[in-house]
Amino acid sequence: MATLKQNAALRWLTENPIWGFVVLIFVFFSLSNEFFFDMNNFQNILVQTSTIGLIALGMTLVMINGNIDLSVGAVVALAASLMVDIQSWDAFSGWGNWQMLPALIAALGVGTALGALNGIIVWKTGVDAFIVTLGAMLGVRGLVFVYTKEQSFFAMNFTFSDLGMSTVGPVPSLAVLFLIATVLVHILLSRTVHGRNTYAVGGNREAAVNAGIRVGPHMVVNFMIVGFMAALAGVTLSSQMGAATPNLGRDYELWVITAVVLGGTKLTGGAGSIIGTFGGVLAIGILRNGMNLMQVPAFYVLVILGSILIAVLILDKQLTRKGVEALKT
Amino acid sequence: MTEHSETPALRLEGIVKTFPGVRALDGVDLEVRAGEVHALLGENGAGKSTLMKVLAGMHQPNEGRIILEGREVRMANPMDAKAQGVVLIHQELSLCDGLSVAENVYLGELPHTKWGFVDWSTLHARTDEILKKLNCNFDARTRVSDLSIARQQMVEIARALTVDAKVVVFDEPTASLTDAEKVVLFDVIKDLRARGVGIVYISHRMDEIFSLSDRLSVLRDGSYRGTKVTAETDEDEVTRMMIGRSLTHEKNTDTVEPGAVALEVRGLSCGKLFRDVSFEVRRGEVVGFYGLVGAGRTEIAETLFGLRTPTAGTILLDGEEVRISGPLDAISRGISLVPESRKEQGLVLGMSCRDNMTLPQIGDLTTGPFVSNGAEIAIYDQYRDRLDIRSPSWRQAVGNLSGGNQQKIVIGKWLAMKPQVLIVDEPTRGIDVGAKGEIHKLIRTLASQGYAVIVISSEMPEVLHVSDRVIAMYSGEVIRSFGVGEVTEDSLVQAISGIRPDRAA
Amino acid sequence: MASARLKGIGSLLARQGILIAFALFLLGFAAFSDSFSDADNLMQVVRQSAIIGVIAIGVTVVVISGNLDLSVGSMLSFATVMVVDLHDKIGPVPAIAVMLVAVLVLGCINGFLVGVLKLNSLIVTLGMLSAIQGLTLIYSGGQNVDIADQEATWFSLIGRGSFLGIALPIWIFGTLAIFMHVVMSTTAFGRRVYAVGGNPTASVFSGIRRTHVVFAAYMISALCVGIAALILGSRVGGSQNNVGQGYELQVLAGVILGGTSLLGGSGTILKTVIGVLILGFIQNGLLLLGFAYYVQWLVTWVVIILAVWLDIAAKRGRLLSPIA
Repeated sequence: MATLKQNAALRWLTENPIWGFVVLIFVFFSLSNEFFFDMNNFQNILVQTSTIGLIALGMTLVMINGNIDLSVGAVVALAASLMVDIQSWDAFSGWGNWQMLPALIAALGVGTALGALNGIIVWKTGVDAFIVTLGAMLGVRGLVFVYTKEQSFFAMNFTFSDLGMSTVGPVPSLAVLFLIATVLVHILLSRTVHGRNTYAVGGNREAAVNAGIRVGPHMVVNFMIVGFMAALAGVTLSSQMGAATPNLGRDYELWVITAVVLGGTKLTGGAGSIIGTFGGVLAIGILRNGMNLMQVPAFYVLVILGSILIAVLILDKQLTRKGVEALKT
Repeated sequence: MTEHSETPALRLEGIVKTFPGVRALDGVDLEVRAGEVHALLGENGAGKSTLMKVLAGMHQPNEGRIILEGREVRMANPMDAKAQGVVLIHQELSLCDGLSVAENVYLGELPHTKWGFVDWSTLHARTDEILKKLNCNFDARTRVSDLSIARQQMVEIARALTVDAKVVVFDEPTASLTDAEKVVLFDVIKDLRARGVGIVYISHRMDEIFSLSDRLSVLRDGSYRGTKVTAETDEDEVTRMMIGRSLTHEKNTDTVEPGAVALEVRGLSCGKLFRDVSFEVRRGEVVGFYGLVGAGRTEIAETLFGLRTPTAGTILLDGEEVRISGPLDAISRGISLVPESRKEQGLVLGMSCRDNMTLPQIGDLTTGPFVSNGAEIAIYDQYRDRLDIRSPSWRQAVGNLSGGNQQKIVIGKWLAMKPQVLIVDEPTRGIDVGAKGEIHKLIRTLASQGYAVIVISSEMPEVLHVSDRVIAMYSGEVIRSFGVGEVTEDSLVQAISGIRPDRAA
Repeated sequence: MASARLKGIGSLLARQGILIAFALFLLGFAAFSDSFSDADNLMQVVRQSAIIGVIAIGVTVVVISGNLDLSVGSMLSFATVMVVDLHDKIGPVPAIAVMLVAVLVLGCINGFLVGVLKLNSLIVTLGMLSAIQGLTLIYSGGQNVDIADQEATWFSLIGRGSFLGIALPIWIFGTLAIFMHVVMSTTAFGRRVYAVGGNPTASVFSGIRRTHVVFAAYMISALCVGIAALILGSRVGGSQNNVGQGYELQVLAGVILGGTSLLGGSGTILKTVIGVLILGFIQNGLLLLGFAYYVQWLVTWVVIILAVWLDIAAKRGRLLSPIA
């Protein structure tokens, strides 16, 4: 019985190698830096990674589908700009703190709508999601600049920026939001029909079609989810900063995809999990935080991150290798 | 069994299905009674799979009627067909690796609660019940990627049992099963029959068909050739219906006196794929490799072509021991391989006919740094004429040609390399009968010109027709080697089932 | 009959859709802007497109081989910072030599990971994008670099000089484009790149060393980035650490717009040149019409998707995808 349990644990680890890595760097930084192992610092890590983490949750669904969304960084900027700008419109000046509500609705609504647009284009035209969202990455950034006229917005209502700093009990609200979202998306992916179909569509699209799953609308829903998540990340980011700049969210797509791939989701689709993605997000967060505490310049993190991403790929290749019998193509 | 109901479970009348340039089905009739196993036979390309795809709603027929229990129906899509009680069990597995057995069985119709949550207990209970009926020793929660191919096949079959099936179509279900697993499958089929389900059983294996089926129908070149009661016919008659001639006249007779040994293999092994394989091929000789899919024949070819590294044994070319490091090395030593899968391994479909044909020697066709257009066209023209390739122009993308012409491009590509040893893997798969004959003739001609030729095939008539010697393989081992004079169908069938001559009878 | 003719027009539209759309754009710009069709302006556009164009030539080779290279943008930053920084320290020729070697080493790494280890090129070059960005910052310590006396060095001529009245960047771009086009369309190497991109397995079965071909494609891509860095560094006479940021997308947009499929095995260098020039002219025309520079991003969004859509629609013979 013990060996069976051991095997299960071992198997879990081979399926989620990123958690091994998370533990490794966690122990490393705990031992090598006195400020790392600290409750407040852990909360910091969660807050710092919540932006990328939220998007990564949605991206996991899209990537398990066998698609990708490169436009998330631009959506972050658009949602942040809408959130900060609309709450200061004169029309809502008498609403008190409720003026944030229409701004929130607009920000999340636009993010979801852009996701739907990407999804519908992928569905109806049959153009690869990579190209569709590559276009959207430029185009949505264009929308941001058209909307903001290259200006940054600053929140006049301090309640908004206070929200970003607030806590639920002892835990920062943003950390709580990220954890709740993680649990919800995990349940969506592992327990619901839509979630299970996500694997089917990505793993064997023809079988999914033959089984009567409506692949097109299904993919649109997942694009909407990632759009919503990116917009939500934009909102939380702007509340942390109390401002929105048109260049916000640049390179976020890289960080997010890195986190998701680190977490074991395959680009070809059909495999991956939220638990893995959460591990990937934490790995990036701990690395950034720990190296920051050790006063390593930020740019080393870029090199290390890139190297880890490639190392994970090599490891994955080695694990699935067929050995001497393999066809040499 | 004797008491058939008046209306058959399924009747197909005058089904016509055309694809651009091909009349795949030409007025096919078929009648399947409730509670019978109805075997469907025909050579590759005869239209069996197309017919079943029409039946399962994956293709819409151009003409003809589908009548299910007396009512004319239309199968809009596979879901629709399944809902009406017609289930196709695919030859190629159509499972999702990342999901559990239960999720695959109920793919597209997972039981769920009001809020879209999967109802796991119902799902697992129902699936376990089906798995129990199938005598499967794995449970509903197992991940499909953890199952062997044979067990994945059982999952595929389990899918058919989720509905009240009236007709179940098995398309080559035993291709990847072991003998023990076959017994289980046959029990399942008999059980279904006893419950009054009409079963269409597609297979190449005569032994299976004669032990399992009640009646059989034969297709040839997309048209219906008749139905027989299995007990009242024999293999010879069925074969004649399938290929239009009797088999016994089909043996190769024009053997030439073979020359020196061109290729010799001693004790060659590659992991679990094949073990201790020894044989030799002489100039002017065609050696046929016959066996079931997965017997290790293709893997031997790939090893000889440098695509796999042998774990033991030696390869001798013209008596000299060689180590073949890769395809480039194999080519330079005069070995050519016409691979098994034309579209995946043989051709770059988007490229022109000429460019495909000259691909292996493109580096030698240069004047200065540039590829010589003239030299390329000369090669293309030469082999187009020699192999009678029909293409509007050398500029035509290969993907637009028919299967037979595509195959000739691949053969031409390798003949143009002027090989010492030519290996041809499944040379006529998916090719119409006319082109087949031409390719067989071509292989014989090549041998008579002094090539040493290896032909790998899963079709017995083909092997018997072109080979001077036949090597029978089973599960990675050479079981027997026959001269063309001594080979009989029975002994060949026994050999590829793993029965050695000393143990037989 | 009418429907047949309609189909004919449709397929013509689909096949030449990009060129037709491009022609309409040009006509529109010419009609509404006085200075657009000016010869000087047209030359200006080509000159400005040269950097992206040179990189796009290399990326096209990689894409035809069936892979992607997203690392070109940060590689451009790296190379430009390096050549500008070393210029004053060790002189122009050694600086150029060291930079080219450094860039080729990066190309080697890409080529090894994708060609030899057969890793997914999207992820590999994404990782390289990040890693090279970091390398650039480590190299420069986060400082911007520049050439002290830009009037005194011949190095400045690469980006600013002209020959026979045509700017040197245009000469470089044009020569490289024609050279690579000839290589890709008439040499054995070119044929092998198309074969590997069209069907990697069949290529190996035909005795092509796929590993070498992919490796070479990444080396060519890296070399093109090095050449682009010469033009960029020389023109600006200095460099920021993130000067190449986002170039990978502009380049890819040009390649896609030219009609080279990301699936590999098809496309040509000249098509890419056209694609890059279309982007350049759209950008320029919009600016001359008084639109802000970012409006071109919106137009590029639409143009890219339409271009690929029409291409796919023509191949499958119907406008909308058959997915349910």
